[in-house]
Amino acid sequence: MREITYLEAVREAMSQEMRENEDVFILGEDIGVYGGAFGVTRGMIEEFGPERVRNTPISESGIAGAAIGSALTGMRPILELQFSDFITIAMDQMVNQAAKIRYMYGGKGKVPMVLRTPSGSGTGAAAQHSQSLEAWVAHIPGLKVVQPSTAHDVKGLLKAAIDDDNPVIFYEHKLLYKTKGEVPEEQYSIPLGKADVKREGTDVTIVATAIMVHHALEAAEELEKEGISAEVVDPRTLVPLDTETIINSVSKTSRLVVVHEAVKRGGYGAEIASMIAESEAFDYLDAPIKRLGGASSPIPYNPELEKMHVPQVSDIIQAVKETLNKA
Amino acid sequence: MKDLKVPERITEENLIELYKQMWTIRYFEEKVDQFFAKGKIHGTTHLAVGQEASAAGVCALLDKEDKITSTHRGHGHCIAKGATPDKMMAELFGRTTGYCKGKGGSMHIADVEMGNLGANGIVGGGIPLAVGSALTAQMKKLNYVTVCFFGDGATNEGSFHEAVNLAAVWNLPVIFVCENNQYGMSGSVKEMVKIEDIATRAKSYGIPGVVADGNDIIEMMNVTNEAIERAKNGEGPTLIEAKTYRWKGHSKSDAKKYRTRDEENEWREKDPIKRLKELLISESVITEEQAESLQKEALKEIEDAVAFAEEGPMPTKDDLLTDVFA
Repeated sequence: MREITYLEAVREAMSQEMRENEDVFILGEDIGVYGGAFGVTRGMIEEFGPERVRNTPISESGIAGAAIGSALTGMRPILELQFSDFITIAMDQMVNQAAKIRYMYGGKGKVPMVLRTPSGSGTGAAAQHSQSLEAWVAHIPGLKVVQPSTAHDVKGLLKAAIDDDNPVIFYEHKLLYKTKGEVPEEQYSIPLGKADVKREGTDVTIVATAIMVHHALEAAEELEKEGISAEVVDPRTLVPLDTETIINSVSKTSRLVVVHEAVKRGGYGAEIASMIAESEAFDYLDAPIKRLGGASSPIPYNPELEKMHVPQVSDIIQAVKETLNKA
Repeated sequence: MKDLKVPERITEENLIELYKQMWTIRYFEEKVDQFFAKGKIHGTTHLAVGQEASAAGVCALLDKEDKITSTHRGHGHCIAKGATPDKMMAELFGRTTGYCKGKGGSMHIADVEMGNLGANGIVGGGIPLAVGSALTAQMKKLNYVTVCFFGDGATNEGSFHEAVNLAAVWNLPVIFVCENNQYGMSGSVKEMVKIEDIATRAKSYGIPGVVADGNDIIEMMNVTNEAIERAKNGEGPTLIEAKTYRWKGHSKSDAKKYRTRDEENEWREKDPIKRLKELLISESVITEEQAESLQKEALKEIEDAVAFAEEGPMPTKDDLLTDVFA
């Protein structure tokens, strides 16, 4: 099968959907001829024109609201925010409006929209352009939250997100944009709420999200050399969360390490760990659950400090060994 | 009504209906006020007594296909856009027969089918939504307009600036109606805004700004009509500032220490309902007796609404988790 990048897969998913459905359009800052902050929409304004690839003023609250209002009246907007950190400015619209409209209105009206936004550190963009804030939105009933880790997944999940009748926050990891993978040319959908076992194993379950899926797979390779068999589970969507796949995996391996890039304190890993502690898998646990996440500091600028903020492959290996008393 | 300058589509019948509608709004609010005082309704509410002319006057020019977004002080807008007081009252009573099945309450009444995209508990929260609704009209080439109601306080929110600018640069068919009722909770507009007229702000977005007497339903209809024509001709948004006054406090627990009783009495003299009544009688559209009987009909409508609300079933635990997702 042909290989394309994660970034190309995002663009292809949008373009194919826009060819199929007149109601789908994109709005965002500098997404026109500039092609967006990361070049995801490059070439799209040429194909679809400025009506459907709408370059907006720098007004995150205004454009989020415009997306919601248009969704409520029959469109299926895709809103691009340049950096996921900027959701702070759109937060009222997403949290108090988009997430709650259907419920507040007693089931009348729907908000079929996708907010796509790049998250994560590793680019030296420092504290206001590097965060992973998915736990904020995962906390809000009424929002779905997606974190694809591969080119294949990002295409299928984005189609599912666009087709969904609810507001979906879709996190693209900026370091993954250039990663390549096998991606079918035709349209396909990966259901929201279906985890993927990225590697099977028997000794320990590593639940990892976004770029940490790749770190976890690398760690698993290393661990295999030492005779440790790690299973890597990628939830792919935080809301809805595929609890069944995670519970089954932990029941099989009896050990759990949860790893994400977001700050560990209050991070979504705590939700996954608690979910396991409350589930039937708890009885199978042979070691305390381990959580790895970002340090409790803003993301630093210095590249070495920036790395130290985020879990590395070696941290995952260490955590796995600790759960096996082999550290 | 030969001396009366009203938009062409407005008939004598319409004016008579509007007179009654303003009473419906006022009686709805007064009834809700009484229920809160007695503890018969829980939560909170924001009443629009004294502001009936802007809701009724603006919505009189709208068709079913046209949309509105409303505010925390939204009961009047709801009624004027075609909502029925029975389902509204049932909502305030928290019953499943209410517009939102008892899940929204006073601040979140919506009637999407009738083009009411919802009240809003966040000051300025509905302004960007209205712009989105107008964007749909433009993109799908639908010939509807969206009216966005908000208060003076909301014009100091960032969402106002972002949304009005966006509507202006995209030339969207939206009408921004600022109901300047002089106070954002306790904050007087004189303390919170440096300029005399909020409509002046329109200039900075390159759109027309119009000041109107918000207690004069005829003037409200005329300025709205012009704004609708502009919007439908592809000339973009208009900002209308309706100068008015809320007779009641901000919400149910307001001692109104921030304003004087003299000021309140001055504004009561400018009662929008009384003004329309005097006009309709002087123009021989109705008689004093007809006016009284219309008022009674409105009261009856509210009493019936209360009866309907009281009969409605309460939601159960099964309702808690429905409607979170579509």
